[in-house]
Amino acid sequence: MTTPVKEPKTKVKRSDESLLRRLTRHQLFIPLAALALLVLFNLIADPSFFAVTVKENSLGNPVLSGNIISVLDNASELVILAIGMTLVTASSGGQDISVGAAMAIAGSVILRMVCGGQVTADTMQMPLILAILIGIVVSMIFGAFNGALVAYFKIQPMVATLILFTAGRSIAAWINNNQLPIINDLAFKYAGTFLPGIPVPTPIFITVLVIVLFFLALKFSNLGLYTQSVGINANSSRLNGLDPKLIKLMTYVILGVCVAVAGFIRVSRSGSINYSRIAENIEMDAILAVALGGNALSGGKFNIYGSILGAYVIQFLTTTLYKYEVPSTALPAYKAVVVILLVVLSAPVVQEKLASIRKAPAKAAKEVS
Amino acid sequence: MKKKLVSLLLALSLVLALAACGGNGEDKKSGGSDGPITVGVINNDPNESGYRTANDKAMRDTFTEANGYKATFYNNNDAAQQIATAQQMIQDEVDYLLLSPASTTGWDTVLQDAQAAGTQVILFDRMLEADESMYAAAVVSDMPAEGKTAVDWLAAQNLSEYNIIHIQGHMGSDAQLGRTGALDEKVAAEANWNYVTQQTADWDEATAKTITQSVIDSGKPFNVIYAENNGMARGAAAALDAAGITHGKDGDVIVMGFDSDKWAFEEVLAGRWNYMGLCNPLQADTVDTIIKDLENGKAPAQKIIYTPEQGFDAATLTQADVDKYGT
Repeated sequence: MTTPVKEPKTKVKRSDESLLRRLTRHQLFIPLAALALLVLFNLIADPSFFAVTVKENSLGNPVLSGNIISVLDNASELVILAIGMTLVTASSGGQDISVGAAMAIAGSVILRMVCGGQVTADTMQMPLILAILIGIVVSMIFGAFNGALVAYFKIQPMVATLILFTAGRSIAAWINNNQLPIINDLAFKYAGTFLPGIPVPTPIFITVLVIVLFFLALKFSNLGLYTQSVGINANSSRLNGLDPKLIKLMTYVILGVCVAVAGFIRVSRSGSINYSRIAENIEMDAILAVALGGNALSGGKFNIYGSILGAYVIQFLTTTLYKYEVPSTALPAYKAVVVILLVVLSAPVVQEKLASIRKAPAKAAKEVS
Repeated sequence: MKKKLVSLLLALSLVLALAACGGNGEDKKSGGSDGPITVGVINNDPNESGYRTANDKAMRDTFTEANGYKATFYNNNDAAQQIATAQQMIQDEVDYLLLSPASTTGWDTVLQDAQAAGTQVILFDRMLEADESMYAAAVVSDMPAEGKTAVDWLAAQNLSEYNIIHIQGHMGSDAQLGRTGALDEKVAAEANWNYVTQQTADWDEATAKTITQSVIDSGKPFNVIYAENNGMARGAAAALDAAGITHGKDGDVIVMGFDSDKWAFEEVLAGRWNYMGLCNPLQADTVDTIIKDLENGKAPAQKIIYTPEQGFDAATLTQADVDKYGT
């Protein structure tokens, strides 16, 4: 964890603080508590929620099935996006709202490559790995476009990425001449469904791989340090020999890579694309994941594991709501409740109040002794 | 000197343009067909679904210069934007305004303006709420009939019990209302027809997959998937495949879709799906005929013309049908 327990603002010494209080101040407290709440709710309401069974899919492979598997599987794109979004948030103090549209572009490029320009293709017209690489490069270019607007033209991130947010889906459609390509090659769908003989959905493996890569990058490179210092104070990091513009640009390019991977998973789930619907509103979930992870949306210090946890919590919530047949159109309203709680809890006024409540019993205890 | 020449040229071109306008107006009155017929086409976003892609393409392929038209196209799913563009087109004095409204209400001003300007309005694909006198013709799909055909087909399968996963389209759209209406009625009327779940996936394949997956995970028994378009049926079928639940002609679960996508026809033909309700996206030819008739002073026999549609069954679908109706 990059941020251990925060230094308490009150004068109370750490040794005086109870374990519980220290726990509640930990950055991961909110997402963990939310997760625990959801788990508890499902345990009480219907414990069969957690049942995992082995089934045989239509190709004769044994596959794991159950709500928990669905959560882990369906959260994949969101987790990968949330990682990139955390870096962008930390360095530039703003969010990229174009990730959904950019996923449409990446998915469209990859489909165009494997379909070779045909509307329906039964076999891949290009090695898959090459198609993915092209998708990643295109996505990095769009990421660099966003990053350049933010870093060099000093445009507010949300405004800068509004451009691609608006235009992205049309660009995605244009890449495939406004046609909806379909690939029927089973090998293309391995990444979005199951590898033959392996019962765990492939997106889970891809997500773990991405998380491990970022873990290593943050541990063995200065990526985390540089990103944070630029986010906390761009001027002083410049005086210390960093190039804040370049680092901001870099985080957007990294997000571009994440977007391409997420877009690839999404299109390989079905082997097709619907430009105006694919990954719709996923940018809002990605930003919510970052916030839920206890990261300041104004940039600076970040905890990437908080965002990852936040993403799983959001998917857990979505899956739970689907299980209880809450109308899918009402889902955003439930997410809004989460957002409201988060925003209110992190508001300075509420924080001060909470701090004074914490202080009061500590004082009282002292007087008694 | 140069300046004078330029202004002279400009003035000349202005005069010519005016003259051209006048000529056009006279043409309109006499119903002559000297110049191209100007049409403004307002449609929804072609990327919305395979259905819409085919619909938009047919319009663009029909209203061409080669076919005697000068057409302007506009695509947007936002009714407010559509209305603004329609008003612009009326000001530009198009002869015909072809309209596929994103919403059924809010078009009164446009229709009145069009009438005042002598622009004929022809609705295609989607209806709007207005008096029949406000438009020249409407070439649309009969959505309630589509739903009824599908439900009648399902009833004819004689299952002992119907446990239905109902995946709805965009709530409030013409297609959703028609296709949901028929099924709702039947489920309410019959004791052995039940909804396992009734959810909207907003025409989205991924959401449809999630909804189906959630039912499978909950372990509730079901034997029918009634998806209101092909993309959503495809998503639901993918969830069935992942869980090893057989579907289609010889399977445990009946899969039903709507629209006209060629790949969906192929699914039915291969027996992986059981039924597809055709929703014909190709109104362009009919609209073309109506316009040519109107130009010759012949009003259409009926104001509302329903495009011929039918349901296709995996047992009887042939390759010839696929080639004929698939888009």
